[in-house]
Amino acid sequence: MLRPDEGGRMSSEQPGDATAWPDQIYDLLKEHGIRQVALVPDAGHARLIRRCLADNAMRVVPLTTEEEGIAMLFGAWLGGEKGVLLMQSSGVGNCINMLSVAIAHRTPCPMIVTMRGEFGEFNPFQVPMGQATPAVLEAMGTLVRRADRPEDVAPTVDATLRLAFNTYRPTATLIGQRVIGAKTFGK
Amino acid sequence: MAAEIGTGPSGKLHRRAVVRALLRDRGRLLVIGGLGAPAWDITDAGDAPENLPLWGGMGGAAMMGLGLALAQPSRPVLVVTGDGEMLMGVGALATIAVQRPANLSVVVLDNEHYGETGMQETHTRHGVDLAGMARAAGIPDSRLVTRAEEVQALREALHAGAGPLFAQVKVDEQSLPLVLPPREGAILQARFREAVLGPKAHLQ
Repeated sequence: MLRPDEGGRMSSEQPGDATAWPDQIYDLLKEHGIRQVALVPDAGHARLIRRCLADNAMRVVPLTTEEEGIAMLFGAWLGGEKGVLLMQSSGVGNCINMLSVAIAHRTPCPMIVTMRGEFGEFNPFQVPMGQATPAVLEAMGTLVRRADRPEDVAPTVDATLRLAFNTYRPTATLIGQRVIGAKTFGK
Repeated sequence: MAAEIGTGPSGKLHRRAVVRALLRDRGRLLVIGGLGAPAWDITDAGDAPENLPLWGGMGGAAMMGLGLALAQPSRPVLVVTGDGEMLMGVGALATIAVQRPANLSVVVLDNEHYGETGMQETHTRHGVDLAGMARAAGIPDSRLVTRAEEVQALREALHAGAGPLFAQVKVDEQSLPLVLPPREGAILQARFREAVLGPKAHLQ
């Protein structure tokens, strides 16, 4: 049985490797000095969110809508702190206009997006935004990279963080649904 | 001092007199101005690197204030924005209330209209109580300000660091001459960061 936050692994992969990526992302956030973690929860991010909540050096800020996170990361950077936005692909659509703030000010704005609506999706309503996610982000000037295997997640997130803070722009890692596992609603 | 804060033709407070009063002798105050008239208002009070006037990002001003307030907890942070801008991102009141940043104040200059687009009425024109919404979200110090004396008290409170603080200031709806800040976003961001962080801002 697949569970939302750990299922969907390929049988050929080592279980230890396949489940390590949330902890690897947490380690990268520490390495890059991330202090503000803005998020709308997603099952795919559940383990990473727990790690961040347990860290007193990180401020975890749950949002009412994802665009709040784009705005917050701009404020954080104005004050000299680095932030990251965690969300599900459906939340990317809520960010579109606010991304103009990061583009116009040249603000580092890294996003880590767990994908829905693509690999074994059950819910029809996740498909339109999931399919549009990379196009929408790129249309708003975001550099987008995908990770479709567990071992690709850490290097891709590392590159996303580096591109954001070294070149001053919105960047995103899309973590494929195949990595996370499709939510099956018991079917 | 309160007598200096004038009113407009309607008898309501004059928005630029309010902002000048709030920013007078501003000390270490950092200011974000929401797009449209509030950005012109903070510029009218005196363009400064510690001002971030917004040209876009409608609905995001209060959340920008939160990110800044969390990053600079020892400095008072003031968001000055409009009723239309606040209504667009009103969920931010809940997000801010949960975080409880003591150094953050959000002041809405409420003229009950979308001033930049032809003076169409906003929901506050029809009784929507932003201060009440902020209080219900969990910002205990949420004020409705209609008189000059209350503006002076608000000025003292936003420097006191006992926030979060929210104020809905009813202002005259008259459109005023534009007082435009720089509009190159990279310059606005860089000068603000340098003012806060020093030259090392550019090496972060």
